[in-house]
Amino acid sequence: MNVTRGFTGRDRVHNPGLPPGQYDAGDDWPVLSAEVTPELAPADWTFRVDGLVERPHTWDWDEAHALPPSAYEGDIHCVTSWSKFGVRFGGVSLDAFLDVVRPHGSATHAVAYSHTGYTTNLPLADLTGGRAWIAWEYDSEPLAAEHGGPARLLVPHLYFWKSAKWIAGLRLLDHDEPGFWEQNGYHARGNPWEEQRYSGD
Amino acid sequence: MSTSSFSSFTPSTRFAVPGRIAVSNRAAALWQTATLTEIRRETPHAATFRFAVPAWAGHLPGQHLMLRLTAEDGYTAQRHYSIASAPDDAGHIELTLDHVEGGEVSGWFHTVAKPGDEVEVRGPLSGFFAWPGDRPALLIGAGSGVVPLMSMVRHHRARELSVPLRLLVSARRPEELIYARELGTETTPVFTRSAPEGVPVGRMAAAHVASVLADQPPGGWEAYVCGSNAFAEHASRLLVEAGQPVDRIRIERFG
Ligand SMILES: Cc1cc2nc3c(=O)[nH]c(=O)nc-3n(C[C@H](O)[C@H](O)[C@H](O)COP(=O)(O)OP(=O)(O)OC[C@H]3O[C@@H](n4cnc5c(N)ncnc54)[C@H](O)[C@@H]3O)c2cc1C
Repeated sequence: MNVTRGFTGRDRVHNPGLPPGQYDAGDDWPVLSAEVTPELAPADWTFRVDGLVERPHTWDWDEAHALPPSAYEGDIHCVTSWSKFGVRFGGVSLDAFLDVVRPHGSATHAVAYSHTGYTTNLPLADLTGGRAWIAWEYDSEPLAAEHGGPARLLVPHLYFWKSAKWIAGLRLLDHDEPGFWEQNGYHARGNPWEEQRYSGD
Repeated sequence: MSTSSFSSFTPSTRFAVPGRIAVSNRAAALWQTATLTEIRRETPHAATFRFAVPAWAGHLPGQHLMLRLTAEDGYTAQRHYSIASAPDDAGHIELTLDHVEGGEVSGWFHTVAKPGDEVEVRGPLSGFFAWPGDRPALLIGAGSGVVPLMSMVRHHRARELSVPLRLLVSARRPEELIYARELGTETTPVFTRSAPEGVPVGRMAAAHVASVLADQPPGGWEAYVCGSNAFAEHASRLLVEAGQPVDRIRIERFG
């Protein structure tokens, strides 16, 4: 351990919900995206799931909202070291979308892509079983554009760069294909509890 | 609804030359000791911290690193910082930190740190915001957002590059303009609270961006925007409104 002289850290109560290397951002919700925030109206938003599926499908805003609603209440963790506790997102479980397209047995991974062109890869197992959402509400309000509104992917058990803002679609694949930050050195999976920040961690 | 009209989506990144700079995964994963060798005050709220990092793999202007402080009980705090120095400063890197009110890491640097102290760093990270000096660069920053942009300006000077480079930098007042002594004819400062005699006071506006964009180099500008999220939103909107293509705007937000 490399102790830093005179560094004590802020007054802290150990929070068991805080993954290693993270700090509690409190009320702050930092914004980190590399691209220009798009002006995307709900009427222009669409979400497509294709690739290794039986029935590729594209939902528009109304059709997606007709699916059974599902909320996430819990924590989120950003690779830049902040975590945010007790957030509330509303939307639809990704399972509901996958039920419609029926993934092939050969599908193991997905590339999520945004209306901006941003991409990120995920194992399919991280997107199923009630662990991922398409979210359009935050604290019962429409999700703000800078946080990915009108709708973003939400995969709260992984670092937040996986939760693609302005989500446009998922392509199911039988192999892993690095996305935008993963090509820039980030970890392929990004589990905060194992501190999978950078490739090689 | 019909699905046939949506078959044209492509799941590929359309940002300009994504991942144009390969990052070394080994350097990104490895913590190294950085020894503080010098502290230089820049403004009342910002100082530059120079470190010796003997095994530093080198970086490109615009890249950042992860810095970690460790308390006696094992508690750690880590934050990202842009690299201020140019790549040719072998075995050394410089960071410029704003003193954030109540800030855990910047507070330690501004009130405790002194030469000889050791911290840990890993990096360089992220090739997306990097500028190897190959394309005309229009740099727009505010506050400490000028830090990675200064690495580009320094690189441009040190290598005597001829590719066009322009810097628009916003600060509250002249005393708070980081690197003021070093900025030259490539720079247009914008002051939001008070300015020297004869210089207007106000936010960065369409006119600032328009005058640079009117002066298009062949192939156009690659725009690099850095600062707080509010500034990044404002500046990137000005760029888009002035006609800069969205996929040629790279943004580094400090949170
Ligand atoms: C890619 C990137 C590059 C960056 N480059 C630079 C750079 O070159 N220079 C630079 O100066 N910064 C840079 N930053 C920002 C930097 O990473 C830190 O966010 C910044 O230094 C503040 O960290 P801190 O530990 O001092 O403050 P923190 O402790 O993180 O506090 C941040 C804010 O939260 C408040 N706060 C939060 N919790 C508490 C609490 N419990 N008690 C009191 N206050 C609290 C603080 O008052 C403060 O306003 C960069 C960020 C990114 C993402």
